[in-house]
Amino acid sequence: PKKGQSGLGKSTLVNTLFKSQVSRKSSGWNREEKIPKTVEIKAIGHVIEEGGVKMKLTVIDTPGFGDQINNENCWEPIEKYINEQYEKFLKEEVNIARKKRIPDTRVHCCLYFISPTGHSLRPLDLEFMKHLSKVVNIIPVIAKADTMTLEEKTEFKQRVRKELEVNGIEFYPQKEFDEDLEDKTENDKIRQESMPFAVVGSDKEYQVNGKRVLGRKTPWGIIEVENLNHCEFALLRDFVIRTHLQDLKEVTHNIHYETYRAKRLNDNGGLPPMTVETEENHESNL
Amino acid sequence: MNDDLRNLSLSGHVGFDSLPDQLVNKSTSQGFCFNILCVGETGIGKSTLMDTLFNTKFESEPATHNEPGVRLKARSYELQESNVRLKLTIVDTVGFGDQINKDDSYKPIVEYIDAQFEAYLQEELKIKRSLFNYHDTRIHACLYFIAPTGHSLKSLDLVTMKKLDSKVNIIPIIAKADTIAKNELHKFKSKIMSELVSNGVQIYQFPTDEETVAEINATMSVHLPFAVVGSTEEVKIGNKMAKARQYPWGVVQVENENHCDFVKLREMLIRVNMEDLREQTHTRHYELYRRCKLEEMGFKDTDPDSKPFSLQETYEAKRNEFLGELQKKEDEMRQMFVMRVKEKEAELKEAEKDLHEKFDHLKRTHQEEKKKVEDKKKELEEELNNFQKKKAAAQLLQSQAQQAGSQQTKKDKDKKKNPASRNMPVF
Repeated sequence: PKKGQSGLGKSTLVNTLFKSQVSRKSSGWNREEKIPKTVEIKAIGHVIEEGGVKMKLTVIDTPGFGDQINNENCWEPIEKYINEQYEKFLKEEVNIARKKRIPDTRVHCCLYFISPTGHSLRPLDLEFMKHLSKVVNIIPVIAKADTMTLEEKTEFKQRVRKELEVNGIEFYPQKEFDEDLEDKTENDKIRQESMPFAVVGSDKEYQVNGKRVLGRKTPWGIIEVENLNHCEFALLRDFVIRTHLQDLKEVTHNIHYETYRAKRLNDNGGLPPMTVETEENHESNL
Repeated sequence: MNDDLRNLSLSGHVGFDSLPDQLVNKSTSQGFCFNILCVGETGIGKSTLMDTLFNTKFESEPATHNEPGVRLKARSYELQESNVRLKLTIVDTVGFGDQINKDDSYKPIVEYIDAQFEAYLQEELKIKRSLFNYHDTRIHACLYFIAPTGHSLKSLDLVTMKKLDSKVNIIPIIAKADTIAKNELHKFKSKIMSELVSNGVQIYQFPTDEETVAEINATMSVHLPFAVVGSTEEVKIGNKMAKARQYPWGVVQVENENHCDFVKLREMLIRVNMEDLREQTHTRHYELYRRCKLEEMGFKDTDPDSKPFSLQETYEAKRNEFLGELQKKEDEMRQMFVMRVKEKEAELKEAEKDLHEKFDHLKRTHQEEKKKVEDKKKELEEELNNFQKKKAAAQLLQSQAQQAGSQQTKKDKDKKKNPASRNMPVF
């Protein structure tokens, strides 16, 4: 899913990533309606196809995150949602008569959008990532990076990386899951230099040097989304989709899910959870 | 108030048309003072914008995001342009927007503004006061920095502005505006203005009653809130150096009106309406504060019979009331004290009585014991005497018996020796 306060460009970015309107842009909630008192979780599923390969993509948005004046524990609904998906999978897994392919609604990757208008991370960002890095793969992303010059961007990224380290927040790709030396070298470079990716999103195309490119038009120039000199969108896209997609799923399944499962079974005294129609069960199936 | 003033025409040049000049000269020599409050999240560009507006570097450390609450930091500077001196105070909201729970974020700001009003009021009410060289710290303009999300205002923004709009002149601006594309900017501005209106937030209205400024103020107001970009770095544009921000895709020029509204803000804030901002602060916001405060203290301008009260009479009355209350309290406390003392005294007397009783009781018991012991003693003594007597008697008998025995033996001896000494006493 994607997390971050309203107006950071989440929907635009996801649309740009998957080159289609997977996310309908919200113009914030209507002021006449009541301010949502808690964070909402909106999951929308799509099927996209490329070169004969079909992918079921679910984008989970969190409108309202961090928008209230009092944001205490606003990560709880999200943590709850993630755990519910693990629970669903677990229930299917322990069935006696199992389905051939268990529908996987587990969250494989969480894009956390950091606001570029600060000096570094805010307390809310730190709290959220501390809690959630233990249950899901978090990829921190600097949103609306066109607000920073190159110098500012480098300094900001350094400060963010340092703060993440100081607070013990393990973002994806986590150091402890590097499988071999090759992995480690590749991931080290990504962890220490590229991440967090500073991105700009756009679903509009403009003519630049005879080519049609995705970009943002300003009075002082056109920001090309896929130009590595302008922003790191291409790096993020390659990272999430072209090189690490499978790994994201594997880490989710082998590490995060297993952690959840072990804890659940331990709490239950070593027994698998019984599929009794409890109220909780009923609600999540609605 | 005399409503029938006659218009007279002058027959020659008098010279009072120099009054404005006299005023200007006087004001210039005194210097001016202007206080700006910048409200906005950490890192949104408050310090940079101030540097850009006043063409100088107000040295300050960038704040961290870890402040536990909001606090206000005020810094004063002396600036001079031509022969006009300005005492500029910039007040910053450190830590605004960083906390997870921002329920109380507006409070330190409101408290600060009120404190400046209070200080002025105190000076005004003094008997010996010096208002003409009083360093006015009241906030003349509040620049509210809106984050460039492109969507709408945050709840924190609305709540804070609503709390401040009756206390200070609010000028909302969109910060770091170079992140918003032109078409989005227009929508964003409309959304913000309509939200302010629908929530009843009173922002500062550029005055349109005076002809000299009416036109420019009207044209500028259309562009509210001003979308600004700040920069103290210079980039070469053509053959000139200009304040700008250099990106890989182009250069954003701060003073280019096609790029952002910085120039408009500078015009409105400093070049056109600075004096009006000061005046509004004094005649509207401060007066409101003063009125509320005095009413709170119980002052009224007219009594129930609609006769004007004099401040002095009211003050005296209040003072007497206060002293009366103090006296009453003192009396109450005194009474309570006396009562307590009496109670304690009674308690102590009771205790004393108890002790006496105990003492008497013990004494009696002791006497009885003593008598018993003495009786016993007498008894024993008697017994002893009797015993001694018996003993003496017994001894006597024994010795008599011995004497008799020995006398007999002696007599016998004597008889054998001397049969004639029979009647000799026996010893």
